[in-house]
Amino acid sequence: MKKVLINITVAIVAILLPLVFRAPYHQHILITILIWAALGTAWNLLGGYAGQVSFGHAAFFGLGAYTAGILALHYNISPWWGLLLGPLVSTLISIPVGLICFRLRGPYFALAMLALGEIFRLVFINWVTFTNGAKGIMIIPKITMKLPYYYMALGLFFLSLTITGLLIKSRFGYYFISIREDQDAAESLGIPTTRYKLFAFLPSAFITGLTGAFYMNYIAFIDPNVVFSLANVSVMIILVVMLGGVATLWGPAVGAAIYILLSEVFRTRMGAASVLAFGILVCLVIMFLPNGIVGELDGLRKMALRKMNGGEKSGLLRG
Amino acid sequence: MAFFEVRRIVKNFGGLCAVHEISFSLEKGQVIGLIGPNGSGKTTIFNLINNFFPLTAGEIYFKGKRIDSLPTHKICALGIARTFQVVKPLKRMSVLDNVMAGAFLHTGSTSQARARALEILEFCNLINKRDLDAKKLTIADRKRLEIARALSTDPELLLLDETAAGLNPKETEEAIEVIKKISRSGIAIIIVEHKMKVIMGTSEKIVAINFGREITQGEPREVINHPEVIKAYLGDHYA
Repeated sequence: MKKVLINITVAIVAILLPLVFRAPYHQHILITILIWAALGTAWNLLGGYAGQVSFGHAAFFGLGAYTAGILALHYNISPWWGLLLGPLVSTLISIPVGLICFRLRGPYFALAMLALGEIFRLVFINWVTFTNGAKGIMIIPKITMKLPYYYMALGLFFLSLTITGLLIKSRFGYYFISIREDQDAAESLGIPTTRYKLFAFLPSAFITGLTGAFYMNYIAFIDPNVVFSLANVSVMIILVVMLGGVATLWGPAVGAAIYILLSEVFRTRMGAASVLAFGILVCLVIMFLPNGIVGELDGLRKMALRKMNGGEKSGLLRG
Repeated sequence: MAFFEVRRIVKNFGGLCAVHEISFSLEKGQVIGLIGPNGSGKTTIFNLINNFFPLTAGEIYFKGKRIDSLPTHKICALGIARTFQVVKPLKRMSVLDNVMAGAFLHTGSTSQARARALEILEFCNLINKRDLDAKKLTIADRKRLEIARALSTDPELLLLDETAAGLNPKETEEAIEVIKKISRSGIAIIIVEHKMKVIMGTSEKIVAINFGREITQGEPREVINHPEVIKAYLGDHYA
């Protein structure tokens, strides 16, 4: 009951927020936070819960964005249709990628995914006739107000959160975490590990592609070095999740909010040195908050509960 | 045809022959012991049965069906569960969640899986630890958790890999009781164990191996008095 009330409060605040912050700049920051929250939550399903750390989610983000962009560029179809096609393309690509890369474990999987992102970036730079190459794709957006985009981004984040929330509370969640904790033990318990890794990968790629398509429509300009970026997409998703809390439901959202707000402050105050500030921040998080902000808070809450009740509640569904 | 049978199984790792033409079988509900000195190939046999490693040659049958080329998770789904000598708890999950992960094999419902897991934890004397993270358990409890998790998949054949290793005498007695209880519920068991007390207290038949080859198999008393078995453990001098 208490949880339902908290959720309703959060939802109301999220809906009213852009009516309080009316400046386009502020609304842009809110939209950016929601985009990263949606991406982080989707990454967390595969990387956090199922333990398959992907350094190549830019591939799916970029595919979603380019699907929307290319519809407009070549076929004169509204890029909004990209919201439908983009995630489908990302999901379709993720199937063979998963079947091949899930043969690899741990750091080898991470490296294969890193290569995947880079391959897509290079292909999209060099396939000039189809993708416009490094010149990128520009569209003229029909909607210029920020408010509609805010609510779309909110819907996107809500979708990402709901899918993740429903999955992790079911058999899927138990299987994902079992695979993360010990793949051999999971396999010996009758869990088809490759299939379940794919079950984590598909929704993750779907949401990432959808967010990419939304990004194209919102920003109205993409080029391969932006949407397939290793540092600014693939690695940034991981940092957002790490900051907020790996394998926690709300961690990626909290991480996204803090990350985007801080990066705005760093960028305006320090210019190019902001990268340095971020480097230090990441080191501090790893040293002092290895479970992320939500993860550590949850640990504290659990400790308090244990002191009060003398017993600990089921530890699977954190956050 | 026997309930479970391995027929002339061979496993070579490169030039090293780890298991050579081992054959044995057991009936439904039977308990057999697999003994042999360190490195004789006992755990390898388990890894072959549940296909962590593919066989080099030979065949394995379970309930009349050949299973040696099935993937590990299908073998478990058919009804063969195992524990690990080097325990593999799902560390950052609670004890209850560990067992639930196995119980989901036969149900999609979270509440049914939880109910089944609680039954099994009760059976294995782990019910009081259900909310602890698995990484916080003592070695004795981790061994119990291995058994509980294997039981949660509702096996007909259970492979126990040194579940009493590292336990003190009292805990060993408890482990024997749990194994007997499992056996009474009709589950067939293959036990790999160095503690003869466990083997002698539970097994109806013993297979003795050394250097991956069978020395002898048969009645427990006969096997442990067999000169080759004594030689394998204690050296030529004592045989």
